[in-house]
Amino acid sequence: MYKKCKAEQIRIAGFHKKAQQFQRFLKYTGRGAVVYYGIRKPVDLYNAISTEGSMKSKLTLEKMGFNLVGYLLIMLFAAMCLIPFLMIAVGSITEESHIIKNGYSLFPQRFSLDAYQFIFDNPRQIASAYQITLLVTVIGTLAGLFITAMTAYVLGRKDFTYRNMFAFYFFFTTLFSGGLVPWYILIVKYLGWKDSLLALIVPSLLNVFYIIIMRSFISSTIPDAISESAKMDGAGDFRIFVSVILPLSKPALATIGLFIALNYWNDWYHATLFINKEHLYPLQYFLYQVLNSMSFANASVASQGAVVMETPKESFKLAMTVIATGPIVLLYPFVQKYFIQGITIGSVKG
Amino acid sequence: MRMKRIAHDLRKNRTMYVMMLPAFVFFLVFSYFPMAGMIVAFKSYTYTDGIFGSPWAGFENFEFFFQSGKAWLVTKNTIVYNVVFMIVNNVLEITIAVILFELAGKVFKKILQSVIFLPYFISWVVAGAIVYNFLNYEFGSINTLLKSLGFPPVNFYNTPGLWPYILVFFSAWKAVGYGTVIYLASIAGIDTEMYEAAKIDGANVLQRIFYITLPSIVPTMIVLLLLKVSQIARGDFGLFYQLIGNNGLLYDKTDIIDTFSFRSLLDMQEFGMAAAVGLYQSVLCFLIILMTNEAVKRVNKESSLF
Repeated sequence: MYKKCKAEQIRIAGFHKKAQQFQRFLKYTGRGAVVYYGIRKPVDLYNAISTEGSMKSKLTLEKMGFNLVGYLLIMLFAAMCLIPFLMIAVGSITEESHIIKNGYSLFPQRFSLDAYQFIFDNPRQIASAYQITLLVTVIGTLAGLFITAMTAYVLGRKDFTYRNMFAFYFFFTTLFSGGLVPWYILIVKYLGWKDSLLALIVPSLLNVFYIIIMRSFISSTIPDAISESAKMDGAGDFRIFVSVILPLSKPALATIGLFIALNYWNDWYHATLFINKEHLYPLQYFLYQVLNSMSFANASVASQGAVVMETPKESFKLAMTVIATGPIVLLYPFVQKYFIQGITIGSVKG
Repeated sequence: MRMKRIAHDLRKNRTMYVMMLPAFVFFLVFSYFPMAGMIVAFKSYTYTDGIFGSPWAGFENFEFFFQSGKAWLVTKNTIVYNVVFMIVNNVLEITIAVILFELAGKVFKKILQSVIFLPYFISWVVAGAIVYNFLNYEFGSINTLLKSLGFPPVNFYNTPGLWPYILVFFSAWKAVGYGTVIYLASIAGIDTEMYEAAKIDGANVLQRIFYITLPSIVPTMIVLLLLKVSQIARGDFGLFYQLIGNNGLLYDKTDIIDTFSFRSLLDMQEFGMAAAVGLYQSVLCFLIILMTNEAVKRVNKESSLF
């Protein structure tokens, strides 16, 4: 009984404290937009994810029970997240006839590299799609990151008189949008970017949320005094940004840069709308085309003058998926930490 | 006077204005011009005449949309799906974050969290491929499993009634990892003194979860819900487009505003109607944001969006 009361007291005390912080949890004020998920103190978020929780003390039966059930539940969900990846990888190295006869399975049976062999024998289109995606990702990320950081820096400068007006100008676009059609007409008719790589790069250069996150990062980690003293030494605003602010915000640049790069790498939407010419297909859109038709395999076989023999259709699709997703999955263990920082940097009050 | 002040500021801070220029122009062109271009919803658009040269059509495009019988269906689908996604995903995210936080075993926990976060990183195209591998009639893994257990195979791409469940499942599959990270960060920010006090008082795991952890992450929950509610009339285009594609058999259960206007634009070239649908959606969204904001203001003035 006593225990229960005490827990109740903790609960109420907790609530009062939270109620005060609750008032600041998300607001748009004249001071600029603040993305704040109600996370109370800046913690080392990457490490926080693997802290021991409140279970540091000795093992009791109750704790063992909780761990058992908890692990079962989490592992079940994690298995559902992982199985599709395994299935694709395994399918891509399985003999085509085996898939047709027995369906996909989780464990490799009837090992065969025919699908990969087929792709590497006809590498023209996939190589072109890879090049396009790499080009778009590199240019888009560098340009987008630079402009994002530059805008964020100026928005955070307290001596920039109209910064709130600019902040609202940017923020408003997240509240109201003109919709797909006028935007589409603008790009196709007035900018003339149909079948142009510009249509894949420019429209997704900037994202208001990245600007906001970047601004919170700069204003919370780089003291104003640094800008001021550089100014005293006679450096111009752009000079200060390039030679003082950019080097100091490397962690944030890495984080936001990875977000932008991931968007470019995974983009199929802009290609669906604006790209019709095959040699301009980016990787994901090319994959989409392959998955939804076999025109690629047939076309490349026919173009080589070969008899249309049995092409490994299903395993081929899977191998294509592996090739298009591979780089992300391989890089994932090394970059995950930056994404976690990015999700939470902006959420710690800016 | 005001002009003079602006002119003075322009001179004094001209470098900063120049630095602001690229982003200013970007949003002017890609966000504000299209807002002006919304008048195309009231025109019968032809490519050669452009937005401003095309003849006016009054409310014809809107009439066409509302009389197509699709308006209510796609609006309902969009909102109902978003509400269900919001509830299911948040419950899963909170459950997983709370359990992960309490579990013992640092390294193993970290690995599990990474695995759950993984689907966020792949494109919807790949997710679509995965779904197809699971569900296709001839050699999808679910049908393989059913056959090996002696059940008849199910033709998923022919059965609209199953798709709400499939969509909810894959929405969670892709989004839960991201939300879990936010909730984990929120939990990690809770004052550890509270847990220590609870430990001294002998509270067990469940008591800690229900009396400390969950009440402490309420602000985070509310913010995330608010952000979702303000986007409730915008569907997750990638999810619906890549999983359903152009499978007309399933539209009754799976067509949302975004896929409908996309098809009207690209497949049917109905610029006017597609624009009318877009205008309808934008206004709907904006009204919902204003209403949410007003409601939040009533409860707590400080926490409103603007």
